[in-house]
Amino acid sequence: MILAQRLALPAAWLAVIVLFGVIEPDTFLTSANAQNILGSQAVLVILTMALLFPLTAGEYDLSVASVLTLSSMAIAVLNVRHGWPIGLAILVAVALGAVVGFVNGGLVVLLRADSLVTTLGTGTVISGVVLWISGSQTIGGVSPSLVDPVITWKLLGLPLAFFYGLALCAAVWYVLDFTPTGRRLLFVGRGRSVARLSGVRVGRVRWGAFVASGTLSAVAGVVYTGTTGGADPSSGLTFLLPAFAAAFLGATSIAPGRFNPWGSIVAVYFLVTGVTGLQLLGAASFVQQLFYGGALILAVALGRLFSRTGPTATD
Amino acid sequence: MGRRRLGGGRRATPPVVSARGISKRFAGVRALDGAGITVLPGEVHGLLGPNGSGKSTLVKVLAGYHAPDSGGALEVDGQAVALPVQPARAAELGMSFVHQDLGLIPSLSVAENLRLTDLATSRRWFISWPAERRRAQAIVDRFGIAVDPAVRVADLRPVQRAQLAIARAVEGLTARSGNGGRGLLVLDEPAAYLPRHERDGLLALVREVAAAGAGVLFVTHDLHAALAVAHRVTVLRDGRNAGTVEAAGADVDGLVNLIVGGALAALDAAPAPPEGRAAATVAGLSGAIADDVSFAVREREIVGLTGLAGSGFEEVPYLLYGAGRCRTGRLEFGRTHDLRGMTPVRALRAGIALLPGDRLHDGGVPSLSVGANVTLPVLARYAPRHRLERRRMRRDAGALLTRQAVRPPDPDVLLGALSGGNQQQALLAKWIGAGPRLLLLDEPTRGVDVGARMRIAAALRTLSGEGVAIVCASGDHEELSRLCDRVLVFGAGRVASELAGDDVTEARIAERCQAAARPVRDPGP
Repeated sequence: MILAQRLALPAAWLAVIVLFGVIEPDTFLTSANAQNILGSQAVLVILTMALLFPLTAGEYDLSVASVLTLSSMAIAVLNVRHGWPIGLAILVAVALGAVVGFVNGGLVVLLRADSLVTTLGTGTVISGVVLWISGSQTIGGVSPSLVDPVITWKLLGLPLAFFYGLALCAAVWYVLDFTPTGRRLLFVGRGRSVARLSGVRVGRVRWGAFVASGTLSAVAGVVYTGTTGGADPSSGLTFLLPAFAAAFLGATSIAPGRFNPWGSIVAVYFLVTGVTGLQLLGAASFVQQLFYGGALILAVALGRLFSRTGPTATD
Repeated sequence: MGRRRLGGGRRATPPVVSARGISKRFAGVRALDGAGITVLPGEVHGLLGPNGSGKSTLVKVLAGYHAPDSGGALEVDGQAVALPVQPARAAELGMSFVHQDLGLIPSLSVAENLRLTDLATSRRWFISWPAERRRAQAIVDRFGIAVDPAVRVADLRPVQRAQLAIARAVEGLTARSGNGGRGLLVLDEPAAYLPRHERDGLLALVREVAAAGAGVLFVTHDLHAALAVAHRVTVLRDGRNAGTVEAAGADVDGLVNLIVGGALAALDAAPAPPEGRAAATVAGLSGAIADDVSFAVREREIVGLTGLAGSGFEEVPYLLYGAGRCRTGRLEFGRTHDLRGMTPVRALRAGIALLPGDRLHDGGVPSLSVGANVTLPVLARYAPRHRLERRRMRRDAGALLTRQAVRPPDPDVLLGALSGGNQQQALLAKWIGAGPRLLLLDEPTRGVDVGARMRIAAALRTLSGEGVAIVCASGDHEELSRLCDRVLVFGAGRVASELAGDDVTEARIAERCQAAARPVRDPGP
């Protein structure tokens, strides 16, 4: 039962591959399509990893996609319009993400504001700032020294961005599972009072979770800029729902009941495989939203179901 | 039943409520065994008894929450009422209940809370807030509560909240029973968590309600609060009526005897055993209720803290651990700690541990493994270079669980999958693993089976023998008598008396708890 639950999502992914492989072997079962599916989702993987920190600590961060856009636009503006070296522009972008996370954390921890509403607010403010600094325009022509190592250079036929996502996933796994910090995040999320009475500095842990999500969202923005070679003020915002869907769907698998990086990465590729297969079948682009939205609802429902059937207190 | 009548003027009118021969079993345990209560119009009737005596079961039978076993009878205003009472009928019969939690919504205003029931059931399409405000103002004026109806309930003082809940219940009585303010108001420990000086206002309000013609059933385990407000008191013990007496001129010792059910021993204090150095000294500790509490704990000593609910003993462990809001206080333990600046992090670093009373909310996380729970306070110990040595953690946790006789001693099992007793043993193991030199306990065996009770007591004894000073707050007198070398009995936030040596018995503790709550004022007329 437990093992079946752990492997349900990878099995579902396999089933989707087999299904579309049988229906359309000529277009779906090609190396080009496999490269497309695996190579195109690094940004979503990184953004999902960013979300895992606040979610594990029992908080929401709805500003991640806005931070992604901010970071992306900051690089484009600094590099293209102001001619800054790309390395410096990236550094500033990531620092901006950290600052947004710091502000989010401060609002939530110090003012005891609800994280869902707070980050909805900061996310909207940031979106406004992005429109402002970009003049509502798309900026192209970012330095190839960012584009090349993200999307141009290939390893095993896949862009390096894929491997960045994989590496980050491993790093997040290490932090969450093998460090005291990960344990503290988990306890703060599951039982704030328990954590506090066990000597965990709860406020600091929650604050740190927001700084981590802000910083990693900005990293996702860097990779997004490298992927597209530029920045536009709105397309990054569409990553918000898929990232939540992947995080929640991932929490039903690998380590069921826990937000976990390997489950999340499997969820990302499961979702994009489904969407790609349906689009190859000729489905219109709205299928993407149906699929991601449906997956989020399904994941939350499954999570509830598992927590109900799981072992509970017997007093 | 030894019931006596009130003065001649009230003799002609039938009792507001008269219940007789009420019995109730829960899974074979007798909670009520032929108990009864009679409340006359215009009377405040105290219902007294220790925990488990059946007070709240009786109240819940009246409210229709519990269906009694067959054989009882209930009359309201002289009319027989079929048992069990239908919950909706209780209100129609003119019975109104105020429970300990008061049932107010803190985030809403006084006016909204007062008018809640009416507004919720109103069929009008439009609420005129100026009119509601005026209505609410009239109510608070009538009950002499000095609050602005526009203020949020969360911003009221505790006593004002209690007054508000009572005012609302009385309004409900007059609105629904429609017989000129008669009916029965049941107050279940409404004053338990009020500071002593604020109780007076509440008791005065209760008497005004009765003077207007309603009957009031005042449920409490505080003898002196009951004597201060009631005309008569009925004592329940083990689900039966132990007796009903007039409050005016009541013999307090006799009443304590009725409640405790044994011969009253002489109240002379025994000298405390002098051996052992003081390991920890608390001075001038004040919190929400605790008021200038000072005591010392010696090495190898287990000190019990007890009293009636709301007497302030409950918060002492949390204040010492930095987990409650401390007004003043110092702790001499190794060095001098100002308790106003105490935090759990600092307490742990100083070698202090707290086993909280609420197991699954404050003690441990049920959805995580026992091993993870047990090692949480000592994570740093297992991460020399910020990498958890998970194998060593598992091994140590397993050894600790085995030593504390937790079943199963498997660190990978979820905490929530253990029985209540094993959960508590595992959480005790968690703190033993942290190696404290002062261990604070809050109700360490609440809701725990007898076997686990014994094992926890044995573990605490062993710990104490190893030199750990232990402070145990508990309302369970039997537990205290078995565990403690010394027991401090709280009354009105202060240490009222101290029992040591052979005096630490269940009966003596119960007796002192009653005696510790001094009368607020002279017994009622």
